[in-house]
Amino acid sequence: MPCKIVNNTLYLEGSLNAATIPALLEEVNSLLKHQNPNTIDLSGVTVLDSAGVAFLDEINIRLAAKGILLYQGVGDEIQEVMETFSSLKVKVPAPERKMGFFEQIGDSIVVAWNNFYNVMLLASEVFYWGLIGIFSRKGQRKGSFTIQCSLLGTQALPILSLLSFIVGFILSLQASVQLANFGANVFIADLMAFSMVREIAPLITAIIVAGRSGSAIASEIATMQVTEEIDALKVMALSPVRYVVVPKFLAITVVMPILVMFSILVSEIGGGIIAIDYLDLSVYTFVQRSINVLTIKDIVTSFGKSIIFAWTIVVIGTYCGFQVKGGAEGVGKATTSSVVASIFAVIIWDAIFSLLYL
Amino acid sequence: MEPVITIRNLTAQYGDLIVLENINADIYPGEITVILGGSGCGKTTLIKNILRLVEPVAGSVKFWGEEVLGLDDIQMANILRKVGMLFQSGALLNSLSIYENISIPLELHTKLPRSLIDRIIKVKLNLVNLSEALYKFPSELSGGMKKRAALARAMALDPQILFCDEPSAGLDPLTSAALDELILSLKKQLKMTIVVVTHELASIHRIADKIIFLEQGKMLFIGTLAEAQKAGIPQIDTFFEVGRF
Repeated sequence: MPCKIVNNTLYLEGSLNAATIPALLEEVNSLLKHQNPNTIDLSGVTVLDSAGVAFLDEINIRLAAKGILLYQGVGDEIQEVMETFSSLKVKVPAPERKMGFFEQIGDSIVVAWNNFYNVMLLASEVFYWGLIGIFSRKGQRKGSFTIQCSLLGTQALPILSLLSFIVGFILSLQASVQLANFGANVFIADLMAFSMVREIAPLITAIIVAGRSGSAIASEIATMQVTEEIDALKVMALSPVRYVVVPKFLAITVVMPILVMFSILVSEIGGGIIAIDYLDLSVYTFVQRSINVLTIKDIVTSFGKSIIFAWTIVVIGTYCGFQVKGGAEGVGKATTSSVVASIFAVIIWDAIFSLLYL
Repeated sequence: MEPVITIRNLTAQYGDLIVLENINADIYPGEITVILGGSGCGKTTLIKNILRLVEPVAGSVKFWGEEVLGLDDIQMANILRKVGMLFQSGALLNSLSIYENISIPLELHTKLPRSLIDRIIKVKLNLVNLSEALYKFPSELSGGMKKRAALARAMALDPQILFCDEPSAGLDPLTSAALDELILSLKKQLKMTIVVVTHELASIHRIADKIIFLEQGKMLFIGTLAEAQKAGIPQIDTFFEVGRF
């Protein structure tokens, strides 16, 4: 790139564009180490684009600080491009101040409290309209409950069955090796029934529902929020909670215990295969011991906590959906948050239930 | 003068539905070509087919005399580096600030130092009258602001060809007129070739060197605005007559 300094004038020639500027900048920098020209001659410049003007502005600021800087040989066209793309008169706002460490901690606490408060507020609204929804279908579309039962329940059955079977199979396999060492083969039925009914089936069902249905609820509501469908419902004098959330809330309340029951049965089949094949138990013994070991309290607790898990998943999914900000990225974030928060909340609930009904 | 874009017998379809049929057009350097037509006539599809965002089912598209329909991704990317596109929705990357959105092509396609990139970004945003949004995120901007930010990104590299899909939609008349002025100055000062899809009659009168009129996927006319108004094509006459008030 031809550039030279003669008689205190920096001569630039050829194209000054994004492709040529990096090399030219190095050359000019090396020339300016030893000399301070007071004029820039652009008579040899044939092409100038915004990168070229940014380069001239940079040189201008540097040289003008050391004295008066003039341009010469500037044609009309070059002059126009310089005027359009010059950054010298552009004013931009300063970036926002970043929060300090303690400010961030304080802010997180305030945000967490506000989130908790708002979740409780939403939960109360969902429960209120849910209760009303049992007796009155006003504000809900006809058939929405059935559709949601199918979406949240029937369609979750294949994946739930497969995973429950595998978990039952693995648990039974691991336990049977230890039990066989003590000759306590028959207790595999007790162990499977106890662990599946009281703990694993409700938990695994809740995790699958959180990952599958909770995320779907969050993304559906978030998309509706982003595309102003929620606002449209409000303008039509319809409660978004009543119209969108209540059918899901009622549906999941009904289908969750059924899913848990299904999970228990399928996982027992998985465990039974090991018990019968590996530990030589008869089918009758396995089934008989499994039934005998369980009490009504175990079953009621299992189904009861599964309903609490379901409500938690719906409320959190709904909250994350309503809180969405921005466009497509916001929808993704809301979905992820709903799954993480739901699984976390479900495990906390499970710990509480374990302590209460040991 | 050689055309920068040559389109021959371009046919596009979605499934079984033919959306563009035998489009033939030449787009010349330094000209502003406006693509017109009713909603759903295939204007945006035409641009997407030219840029191969959607693959045409038949025909030929040449950029600077080079056929692009058979090019692989790397060869096509070399062509697209010289092209800018303003999408109808803006299509800004939501996870990045406006500064970062405009910075992407400059960082990835040039070896310019950060200080110059910084200046270019600020100038481009200033040109679209959006300096205050420099550090904001797309979700914090209105629809019109997003569009202007997207235009700043589209012209970050001073492309030789700029495609604008409905740049004035959703903008107030003053901002729309200022945007037209900017398009005219890009054409004049940087000798940019610009292809614009728009319905705005005022905009068409201000900026169009040539118009392409589409109806139901077929090209009814290509030529200057004056020629179009004298051509005696009922659909074009109706378009201009109904749009006037």
